[in-house]
Amino acid sequence: ISESSGNLRYHNYTMKSLDCPGTSSEQAGKTSACQGCPNQSLCASGAAKAPDPAIEEIKVKLATVKHKIVVLSGKGGVGKSTFSANLAHALASDASTEVALLDVDICGPSVPKIMGVEGEQVHQSGSGWSPVYVEDNLAVMSIGFLLGSPDDAVIWRGPKKNGMIKQFLRDVDWGELDYLIVDTPPGTSDEHLSVVQYLSAARIDGAVIITTPQEVSLQDVRKEIRFCQKVNLPVIGVVENMSGFECPKCKNTSQIFPPTTGGAERMCEELGLPLLGKVPLDPRIGKNCDEGKSFLSEVPDSAAALAYQGIVKSKCDLRAACTKTHHATSLVG
Amino acid sequence: AAASVGILDVDLCGPSIPRMLRVCRPEVHQCEAGWVPVYTDQQQNLALMSIGFLLEDPDEAVVWRGPKKTALIGQFVRDVAWGELDILLVDTPPGTSDEHLAVVENLRKHKIDGAVLVTTPQAVSTGDVRREITFCKKTGVQILGLIENMSGFVCPHCSECSNIFSKGGGEELAKLTGSEFLGSVPLDPLLTHSLEEGSNFLQAFPESATFSAINNIAQKLLLHMKDG
Repeated sequence: ISESSGNLRYHNYTMKSLDCPGTSSEQAGKTSACQGCPNQSLCASGAAKAPDPAIEEIKVKLATVKHKIVVLSGKGGVGKSTFSANLAHALASDASTEVALLDVDICGPSVPKIMGVEGEQVHQSGSGWSPVYVEDNLAVMSIGFLLGSPDDAVIWRGPKKNGMIKQFLRDVDWGELDYLIVDTPPGTSDEHLSVVQYLSAARIDGAVIITTPQEVSLQDVRKEIRFCQKVNLPVIGVVENMSGFECPKCKNTSQIFPPTTGGAERMCEELGLPLLGKVPLDPRIGKNCDEGKSFLSEVPDSAAALAYQGIVKSKCDLRAACTKTHHATSLVG
Repeated sequence: AAASVGILDVDLCGPSIPRMLRVCRPEVHQCEAGWVPVYTDQQQNLALMSIGFLLEDPDEAVVWRGPKKTALIGQFVRDVAWGELDILLVDTPPGTSDEHLAVVENLRKHKIDGAVLVTTPQAVSTGDVRREITFCKKTGVQILGLIENMSGFVCPHCSECSNIFSKGGGEELAKLTGSEFLGSVPLDPLLTHSLEEGSNFLQAFPESATFSAINNIAQKLLLHMKDG
């Protein structure tokens, strides 16, 4: 899967110096664009062209995982990890459903704290790394478990992050899973390309895209949706998070993150994507995340919890539809 | 006299600043000294460079791995003809990875005054910002201070204050890590609305608590830079 950005325009010139021919191209490492690229010699040697054997290994390893869902957003701070955690809890509320949450946010691994398993350790056995179990049927893996201190920074460039993601997918002993949810950092870069690349043989059901209502967020989310199109990743749907705040005292709703261009609803209409639901702001969501508790269990009757439940249900319905049409066309319009 | 300021937006995957300053679709021109940044005002006191200006299609995804991002950031630092600037602000995406290393490595020779770290109040956020503090310490970037953003919300209807994203985490983190706490900025729909439209919030709402909060932080930083 190669990098791309169309053409960068620069006063009628295309930015030729940055047109990477793609690591698997015949020209890899050999064009003028390759001059100065830190990967040049690797590409020129042809090493980058051969398909990574890990892709097949991961396909075999994840044969026992029925459904793989990636949670994406173009924008940071919109609530991907919060959503991923709540989705995991909701799916695992049925004790017969085996669920796992994989956190590939290498620099900012929030999932251990949100799931209440910060400080836990990962063990290694003959069959691989064991994930950390939150419940009997709910497992978590994150680089957070591999860091000795909460102050440790993971100051890694792309290739090292990619290596870690490969290991997470290939070496973790997930066992039989109904759902593997992959939480990502914001953006359309190494982590995202690697997840898609390494799961290319194992097959991802699709992506759930998280946004907040305002255009500043949507403009990044549209890019994420383009990314999905580029890499043929079906979009299961979009969740609009932080969708209004009801004052606990006077009950008036304020649009703190205003949908000035119609919010996720208009964007989904324009792009032909399902809007899975809208989750309002609720201070109890953040509080439960901080305490590592399941918001859905703690405050099940809140408007936000009901919104989440609705989303999980609609996602399951859509995922079923998605599985049927996967080989036909992408869901992205 | 007004300071002349440049903003370098190195969030290559999600460049938000052009919209926030209402400069979405200009062209980037070249002069003898390099690329001309985009000026957001008549007086040319605020200049901006962002990948947002270089994309044919604003919704185009920049699907780049680290090395390509590093290369463009190097070009932004080397080739943009900022001219005389009092202050260059560099806005980064979240993380401690290619972009952050590229900024530090390229700017080091030009002297970096320091970093301002932004967190929201809750522990899930400060938990990541702790690691960013370590990044600064490891790369030798002085920490000018911490800001707690989205710090409480005052209902415009009844004035009740709700701590939607908790409260106080930023100040605690500053204490814990020996950094200066620069201040808190509340959640304010007027601010988010202004950013949507790219209008100047500080000009439009000079009486607001949010204005005071932002202004106080700015004054503290200016003092730092005078002393530094």
